[in-house]
Amino acid sequence: MKVSIPTPLRSYTGQEAIVEAEGRTVAEVLRDLDRRHPGIRFRMIDEQDQIRRHIKIFVNRERVAGIEAPLAPDDEVQILQALSGG
Amino acid sequence: MPNGNARSGPITLLVGTKKGAFFLHTDADRSAWSLDGPHFLGHFVYHVVLDPRDGRTLVAATKTGHLGPTIHRSTDFGRTWQEAPAPPAFPKAPEGETGRVVDHSFWLQPATAREPGVWYAGTSPPCLFRSEDGGETWTGVAGWNDHPMWGTWTQDGADGTPDGSILHSINVDPRDSTHLYIGISGGGIFESPDAGATWKPLNRGCAADFDPNPDPEYGHDPHCVRLHPQAPDILWQQNHCGIYRLERPGDVWERVGDNMPREVGDIGFPVELHPRDPDTAWVFPMDGTDVWPRTSPNGHPAVYRTRDAGKSWERRDAGLPREHAFMTVLRQSMTTDAGDPVGVYFGTTTGQIWASSDEGDSWRRIADNLPHVYCVECAEFRR
Repeated sequence: MKVSIPTPLRSYTGQEAIVEAEGRTVAEVLRDLDRRHPGIRFRMIDEQDQIRRHIKIFVNRERVAGIEAPLAPDDEVQILQALSGG
Repeated sequence: MPNGNARSGPITLLVGTKKGAFFLHTDADRSAWSLDGPHFLGHFVYHVVLDPRDGRTLVAATKTGHLGPTIHRSTDFGRTWQEAPAPPAFPKAPEGETGRVVDHSFWLQPATAREPGVWYAGTSPPCLFRSEDGGETWTGVAGWNDHPMWGTWTQDGADGTPDGSILHSINVDPRDSTHLYIGISGGGIFESPDAGATWKPLNRGCAADFDPNPDPEYGHDPHCVRLHPQAPDILWQQNHCGIYRLERPGDVWERVGDNMPREVGDIGFPVELHPRDPDTAWVFPMDGTDVWPRTSPNGHPAVYRTRDAGKSWERRDAGLPREHAFMTVLRQSMTTDAGDPVGVYFGTTTGQIWASSDEGDSWRRIADNLPHVYCVECAEFRR
């Protein structure tokens, strides 16, 4: 499925805004994403498997609360990042 | 003053800032400087350190305001960087329990020459991690991170600096790689004789005027602790309340900051040591009165130097602004080189780098308009 990557994480994807990853849950997609683009997952997900504070993950434009959310093969995953500070 | 082992090759200052890292290169005479960077533009770079054992591996503790923390490494003097495949992180907590999360790595410390490739990292919350492969993979030092007193000693890692409670000032005894000292903001200094398996507080004699207990065993607020590399029984400490010195095997710190001028006081963040003379040290006093501005007293910055183990201090401000200069120099933002005379350097949170090539007697600004400086480290690349 297609996964949208925000600009702060595109250094991991060769500057690609949309990449492919597979999985039946958001967690599996993130694991696959990390396999294809090493290091990207830990920047979004902490060691307790929680989505970091400024990262938001949407599936078909609905925000998910945790990474165990299920996915269908044609779902669209968007990873967004809230920017704040100066 | 002994000058054995003095070196005078080209040096590079590694400057970590709130918006990236910058390198300042100079030749042996330390007169002309060139700026290189930014590396990691937009990233917090809390610490960037050269491995003195190979003269080419750089390790940087990085994070952005919105992404998780990581470690970057370079083995080509900073031309290219690779991310560590396993940066410091806690184990996953059992189901139903709340696990700890590394907010950022703050302090990086190579171990001794006897342990090539071994590094330590101090994090927020105040925990200790070790790498045995040059900074690529990191594991927690369980003797500290899971110590039954960790929560008590660190106030559950909740208190601390505006950036969170941190583990800093990792000092490894060059005679014995298993002998470690660490500093905890809002926790105190702790010593391990066995590579981090066991720990005990080492704070006797230190004031903690924010603690209702007049002589607590722990809970102090060390800002910076330095072990002398050639006289490793001597430790210096700049803490929240003053400047201290300790000679081991003694365990009672002496407040040598009492010998500072009263109108300046002895509060600050960094303390930096002469690389060869254990009686010489530099500090950068800050205003710790009232609401703690943490800026140069009266807007008139100065470095203070002792050459007699803190019995007396000399004001050294030639070349620094005479007024209206409210500088803050953080705990990792002062360093020395190994030259003779020693070069001394500091960076400010207002983005200036200042250098002295005469052991602090005179100063000149070698960089300006950088972002908020977190660290300044001296490196001698072996090309």
